[in-house]
Amino acid sequence: MSEAQGASLAKDAWIRLRSNRMALVSLIILAIIVSFSFIGPFFCEYKYDEQNLDEQFLGPNQQHWFGTDSLGRDLFARTSYGGRISLAVGFLATTVSLLIGVSYGMVAGYVGGKTDAILMRIVDILYSLPFTIFVILLMVLFGRNFLLLFLAIGAVEWLTMARITRAQTLNLKRAEFIEAARALGFSHSRILFHHILPNLLGPIIVYATLTVPAVMLLEAALSFLGLGVQAPMASWGSLIKEGAEKMDVAPWLITFPGIFFCLSLFCLNFIGDGLRDALDPKSSKD
Amino acid sequence: MRTFFISRLLQAIPTLFVIATLTFFMTRFAPGGPFDSDKAIPDEIKIKLQSHFGLNLPLFDQYLLYMKNLLAGDLGPSFKYVGWDVSELISLAFPVSLSLGISALLIALLIGLPAGMLAALRKNTLWDYLPMGIAMVGVCLPSFVLGPILIMVFATELKWLPALGWYSWTDLILPSLTLGLFYAAYVARLTRAGMLETLKQDYIRTARAKGASPSRVILRHAIRGGLLPVVTYLGPAFAGLVSGSFIIESIFFIPGLGKFFVTAAFNRDYTVVLGTVLFYATLIIILNLFVDFLQAWLDPKAREQQ
Repeated sequence: MSEAQGASLAKDAWIRLRSNRMALVSLIILAIIVSFSFIGPFFCEYKYDEQNLDEQFLGPNQQHWFGTDSLGRDLFARTSYGGRISLAVGFLATTVSLLIGVSYGMVAGYVGGKTDAILMRIVDILYSLPFTIFVILLMVLFGRNFLLLFLAIGAVEWLTMARITRAQTLNLKRAEFIEAARALGFSHSRILFHHILPNLLGPIIVYATLTVPAVMLLEAALSFLGLGVQAPMASWGSLIKEGAEKMDVAPWLITFPGIFFCLSLFCLNFIGDGLRDALDPKSSKD
Repeated sequence: MRTFFISRLLQAIPTLFVIATLTFFMTRFAPGGPFDSDKAIPDEIKIKLQSHFGLNLPLFDQYLLYMKNLLAGDLGPSFKYVGWDVSELISLAFPVSLSLGISALLIALLIGLPAGMLAALRKNTLWDYLPMGIAMVGVCLPSFVLGPILIMVFATELKWLPALGWYSWTDLILPSLTLGLFYAAYVARLTRAGMLETLKQDYIRTARAKGASPSRVILRHAIRGGLLPVVTYLGPAFAGLVSGSFIIESIFFIPGLGKFFVTAAFNRDYTVVLGTVLFYATLIIILNLFVDFLQAWLDPKAREQQ
């Protein structure tokens, strides 16, 4: 006997996302870039920090597919390694901002009243701060610490997440099923985690997808200023910096990391747009 | 309306106080001090220097002293640039950053607004897809990639414009393009979305039904609502232009306040770091207030809420 299956939100969204050609292409390209970053090193006989002073500034050739840099390091290996760092920072720092922003916003929206007013006022004030300056200051003063990088970037990016979560929670709180849950005597934490949080997932996922490129951009900017990851480690940002300095003699040094970086941002933005249309049909663009 | 702005202004005071406190202790708890790297300085002179700048006092007393001077509007002397006051240094470096920021903002608005309007009015035609496609690329092309590309094309290859430095007005072109094009792309996307949303409203239909000409409908009625998202974005954009100028100044070797600030932080020049942070914070707070004002002027609904 076959049972009629109701389409779940996830399934529904996937069908809609699949029909969005740009988003689908972006998803495939991004998958290729991610696998290049994580399994690329296995196809390359050089290590990212392996110097070979006889082979400085070689253009792309059969041995070195992407050429070599000023210390004779293989750019294919370095771009792949840098991708791992950039993507990892992007996703982990987004997770940090997600954890802070969602819990903050949920509390503000759910408790409401004076607490809400105070909490959101704090967000408003923080919004108006020159936060990037603080991130730069933090990185300069306390050295290029990787953990600090996550925390600093996450601390900047949680504000919008908190606003979105709070607005959604505020709407949900008045929904009948929440009232029903309360009438049944469920505890606040149960209502928050079992009833409100699952309904927040859509907008959270959409915004998180759009936060990842923003975070990657910030990390790359810090690395470009020489404040991000430290040599011989590399991220796409620091590779672009090296490339920009040696642009006249070795243009491939900026080309390859630049293409990978811009393409990733491009794909993530398209996927984010696609997810918004898929998960929240009401707000879809024309 | 007036009470709103007064309350906003009053809020700025505790905000600035918190920023000053935070930055003060952050710089002091960081490893290293302003006179550490100068190994050539004998110890006794170092101690004299430290007592001259009050660095030998207990930390909390230093803090109180700094705050007291701050209230009098005194940002103190620089530790590294001997004989210079922080405010003098800022007044020297800021005009450079300001001219960069203003021209970048002008580029963003002059390109972004028309492009977005065009796209919205010619929806789903080539005039929509072409500028929006370019804008999508623009949003994903960070300044530190665009900058070197522009230098390579216009300075190294074509030799039309100077690549680096800060000597004549032509030096302003490439940096402000690099900084402005990203925001132009973003403004174009926002304008398009805002205009499309507004053109669907009832009051636009009313205006059309009254027989207003298409250009009058757009210029008199739609533009106000359509520009709201752009105006809302101006606040974050100002902050972004400030931090963006840090990168631009380091790409193009421009002696602006951003480059200056990073150097000061590396040198542990406490007063300069503090002064610059406070200066930027004040600037951003004022600009945000200005954005609120614009918003209220454009949007009657926001006016009532306030």
